[in-house]
Amino acid sequence: MVTGWYSGPEAGMQATNDGIGFDEAALVERARGGDDRAFESLVGHYQRKIYRLARNITQNDEDAEDVLQDAFLKAYTNLEKFHGDSKFYTWIVRIAVNEALMKLRKRRGDRMVSLDEELDLGDEGVTREIAVWDGNPEQTYSQEELRKHLDDAIQSLKPTFRTVFQLRDVEELSTEETAEALDLSIPAVKSRLLRARLQLRERLTRQFKRKGDDAFAFL
Amino acid sequence: MTRLLSCKQFLSELNAYLDEKTSAEERGRLQSHINECPNCWVVVDTTKKTINVYKGVEPQAVPGDVKERLMAALQRKMAEKRGGC
Repeated sequence: MVTGWYSGPEAGMQATNDGIGFDEAALVERARGGDDRAFESLVGHYQRKIYRLARNITQNDEDAEDVLQDAFLKAYTNLEKFHGDSKFYTWIVRIAVNEALMKLRKRRGDRMVSLDEELDLGDEGVTREIAVWDGNPEQTYSQEELRKHLDDAIQSLKPTFRTVFQLRDVEELSTEETAEALDLSIPAVKSRLLRARLQLRERLTRQFKRKGDDAFAFL
Repeated sequence: MTRLLSCKQFLSELNAYLDEKTSAEERGRLQSHINECPNCWVVVDTTKKTINVYKGVEPQAVPGDVKERLMAALQRKMAEKRGGC
């Protein structure tokens, strides 16, 4: 039977909260007690974020759908093992990231996709493009055009960078939560985030800079 | 007198500056660098805009057929669990 929770993030809210607000801990508790509707509400609330995360890591719609399904099915199956040491969202993100990286490795036919790879933190030119932006891209472009530019830029990053950026700056997990979700040290998260931010800035500046402004033109 | 940071030193502290995870003293040192260095000012400004534009854009909705297949798979798993009890 279709219960209707999947019509959008709001559906999970309505089905769950009676207008009080989304209460993750209470839903997890009820789901662990066997209340499937509570689990459905968690899925309804987080599916959009998990799907975005999966798409951004795998860069493939088919793989993203598999990751979305596999992550929530695994969470459902292993709910008894979730003891609430971390937030449910951090836990489901960690499951989804693992699933997504496995997909990426499989598609690339290698085992080299790792978040823990050594980084060259040398003096790579990550700030070559120095130019102010032409107004506000949110006002210049439609949401669809903007999403396309942002997708193109993030796709150009290594998985290790785009995953950390995604969790820290898009999903707004803390440094500690990101480190926990990805099994990375806190310094590793910080160094990857810095590199990711600078690389994305570089790429978006090429797209959004004021026309006629060459590098250092303001000097 | 405190010596001004180099651009490389400033960039290595960029996250701390953007995320406001610095002491007042350290923030003052970083701010002094930006006040004197137009390149780093532009890097700060455009990096802030980069983060904000990603935060602000609406995520793509999960397509209806993807949601339906997710729901169907979950329903099967739930029925399986109930049947197994």
